[in-house]
Amino acid sequence: MMTTLAQSGFPEAMSSLTLFHYLFISAVMFTLGLIGFVTRRNLIVMFLCTEMMFQASGIALIAFSRFYLEYTGQVFVIFVLTVAAAEAAMALALVVLLFRRHETLDGSVWSLLKG
Amino acid sequence: MTSISPTLASMADTALHVGSAPAWVLAIPLLPMLAVVLNTFSAIFRVKTKLPAWITIACLAGSFLATAFAFMTLSGQTNVATGWKWFDLSWGAGQGQQFIADFGFYIDNLTLLWMLFVTGLATLIAVYASEYMEHDVGKGYTRFFVAFGLFVFSMTCLVMGDNMLMLYLGWEGVGLCSYLLIGYFYKKPAAVAAAKKAFIVNRIGDLGLAIGVMLTFVHFGTLEYAQLFQSEQLAGYIAAVLEGRAGDVPLMAQLIAVFLMIGAFGKSAQFPLYVWLPDAMEGPTPVSALIHAATMVTAGVYLIARMLPVFLLSEWALPVVAWVGTFTALLAATIGMAQFDIKRIMAYSTVSQLGYMFAGIAMLSSVGGVYHVVTHAFFKALLFLCCGAVMHGFAGQLDLRKLSGLWHMKGWRVVSVGMLVGCLNLAGVPFTAGFFSKDMIIAEAFVTPGYGYSLLGWTLLFTAGLTAYYTFRVFFRVFTGPVQYEPGDEHHGEDDHSHDHAQDDAHGHDGHSHEDHAHGHDHFHPHPPRFAINFVLATLSVLAVLAAGLYFVSPEKHGWVGDMLEESTAHNLYTADHSAAAMFLIDGDAHAAHDTHADAAHGEHAAHGSILGFNPHEVMYYISAIFGLTGIGLAAYLHGPRGMVSGFLGNRVEAGKCRMDAVAKAFDPIPRWAENKWYVDEFYHFLFVRPLWVVSYIFQTIDKLLVDGLVNLFGYLPRLLGRGAQPGQSGVLHGYALSMAGGVGVILFIVVLVTL
Repeated sequence: MMTTLAQSGFPEAMSSLTLFHYLFISAVMFTLGLIGFVTRRNLIVMFLCTEMMFQASGIALIAFSRFYLEYTGQVFVIFVLTVAAAEAAMALALVVLLFRRHETLDGSVWSLLKG
Repeated sequence: MTSISPTLASMADTALHVGSAPAWVLAIPLLPMLAVVLNTFSAIFRVKTKLPAWITIACLAGSFLATAFAFMTLSGQTNVATGWKWFDLSWGAGQGQQFIADFGFYIDNLTLLWMLFVTGLATLIAVYASEYMEHDVGKGYTRFFVAFGLFVFSMTCLVMGDNMLMLYLGWEGVGLCSYLLIGYFYKKPAAVAAAKKAFIVNRIGDLGLAIGVMLTFVHFGTLEYAQLFQSEQLAGYIAAVLEGRAGDVPLMAQLIAVFLMIGAFGKSAQFPLYVWLPDAMEGPTPVSALIHAATMVTAGVYLIARMLPVFLLSEWALPVVAWVGTFTALLAATIGMAQFDIKRIMAYSTVSQLGYMFAGIAMLSSVGGVYHVVTHAFFKALLFLCCGAVMHGFAGQLDLRKLSGLWHMKGWRVVSVGMLVGCLNLAGVPFTAGFFSKDMIIAEAFVTPGYGYSLLGWTLLFTAGLTAYYTFRVFFRVFTGPVQYEPGDEHHGEDDHSHDHAQDDAHGHDGHSHEDHAHGHDHFHPHPPRFAINFVLATLSVLAVLAAGLYFVSPEKHGWVGDMLEESTAHNLYTADHSAAAMFLIDGDAHAAHDTHADAAHGEHAAHGSILGFNPHEVMYYISAIFGLTGIGLAAYLHGPRGMVSGFLGNRVEAGKCRMDAVAKAFDPIPRWAENKWYVDEFYHFLFVRPLWVVSYIFQTIDKLLVDGLVNLFGYLPRLLGRGAQPGQSGVLHGYALSMAGGVGVILFIVVLVTL
């Protein structure tokens, strides 16, 4: 049921974009982030990949929010962005600390949880 | 039945009229509490002066003055002063469905009598302690006086409380303070052990008291004295007993007295439970004098005196008290004869004298028992304080084999005279206070009919001789003879031995044998007591002498104490003459009771027992004087110094050697057994402590194997599971990420399958 994204008072030019497009972009971003996270070894890149997955979910939320004319989703995304900003600072600080331990950014060096 | 009706009529006359006391009597208990609060603050601000002592003395003196004023204005009446509602519960309107216990005070003559000597002696002993404890200023000084004040407060609750719950509160409070003060030198293992022993042994007695209090409530429906002694139920029982129908009193009412008796035995150190008191001498001497000689240990006597109407209900309680008291008196006296530590001798003497008090009150001579409490409080406090002064001056030396001739030493005259006064009183030398009070008890044993009471009388007489012997053994050994001394190893646990050089010297010579010092010590200088101690000793000596005068106040009522007790429950309120009440103790034969009572109504002592055909009340003065003086003579012969009284006395020329040594050798094992306290402690250890250890060991094993095992099993199971799942954890970050992604993929796949 791929109806138009704009249900009322939306500019005509944009009306050809449907919910499907947004969700598709979101899914692609998420998948790319996931693949990046699994395949790369560099901690900073892995962290960037998680951010990408994060924002993919944000896009999906905003799209649904607009589609259902329900603003909760957008508010939620603002919160998520705030948290993500704080978390980015902490994650980078962690990366710096981890780097100091082993003088490398390779994530596979860390295997302390091995049973 | 003619003889009964006047008794019942007199009962109606003597029914209690309870008024309400003015509010200022609350100052008597609250002033010691104020001292506790103020001293707590001095502890918080770490006061390094003698301030805590002055606070305590001032508050206790105020309390004493309030008591004296109460005595002047309120004696002869029964008044109740209520502070506030403490417990007020009800679960119905009927009798026994309301539980009321006020924080209130019951002021009658018995209370006033007790409070007079409690607060008076507490004040004097606080003055004494201000000097005695001065080596601890800034350390334990404040702690000492906090516990001291708390003790006096608890004692006022015990003695003045207007219900049995207040009595119980005070009872536990004095027990706590006793524990705290015995363990005052808490770095010394012996003191800690003694404190624990006192607490635990007292617990056994306290259980009896608690059950007694509960039974009183269950049976009479009230714990308040005023209601209890006015209740028709109690009056009915008493009437039944007087008419020789003792069997009509329900078993429950009779059991109350039995349980209260167990409580009294614990607190007042009577036979099976006396073992804690001699060990309690580990506490500082002022504590021994106040708590473990003069006041707290007489709480049991107070309990029986207060509850005498209830005790009269039981056929067994009072006779058992009489027998146990007499046996304790004899046992403790024999142990005291063989001890060498003078403070311990005084401790056993206290146990022994408490036995006299119990015997006296149980033989229905509440006057004799209570009079002995009063006189004993003064002279025994005096004796303890003298021992304390010796201990203080000779760096903790208490062994009578190592001290001699204090009478001839400079600065020790007040102590020596005080000791002599105390010893004369304790030995019952004619015309001393101890003589009159002890005679009253012993004479009563021959007067009151009961199971073998005249045997008890002879035992008490014999014990009086032993008492005179061991008392003067101490006096002749320590205070007369050649001047010889050696210091003890100052055993104040917290003392750092720096307050004077005497203790340093004492320690410096610990390694030497005793003989090296038999002729005085080169470096050790005993320090005689200064003003505070001497002042207290002199005051107490005067008071101990004056206490004899109480006997001559209103002699028709057996002295001032009899006069006081007449208006209280300790008086045989319900009997014109005690023989009627005593009769039921034998066989409850109504006929005999009537006859005796009728006789008693005619001639005062017509129905009395006799001793060797004489009236005990008259000849007892001479008989007990003979026993007492014989004891003193024996002590003089065996322990006295050479040359005193033209060579009649002993031949002791050295501190450690006297004629007694040969005698002790001749009777060999017996003095040794007595010195080892007849091995009662070891017996208790074998009978109670050891089995408890075994049982607790078994329980510990069960706890370890079963309870701990179960708990450990529940801890072990998850660990086992974890170990099984352990290989799944690679620790590689990407592995976890992949498995998460895979998991999401699987869930998506299932969702798609389901929705399509």
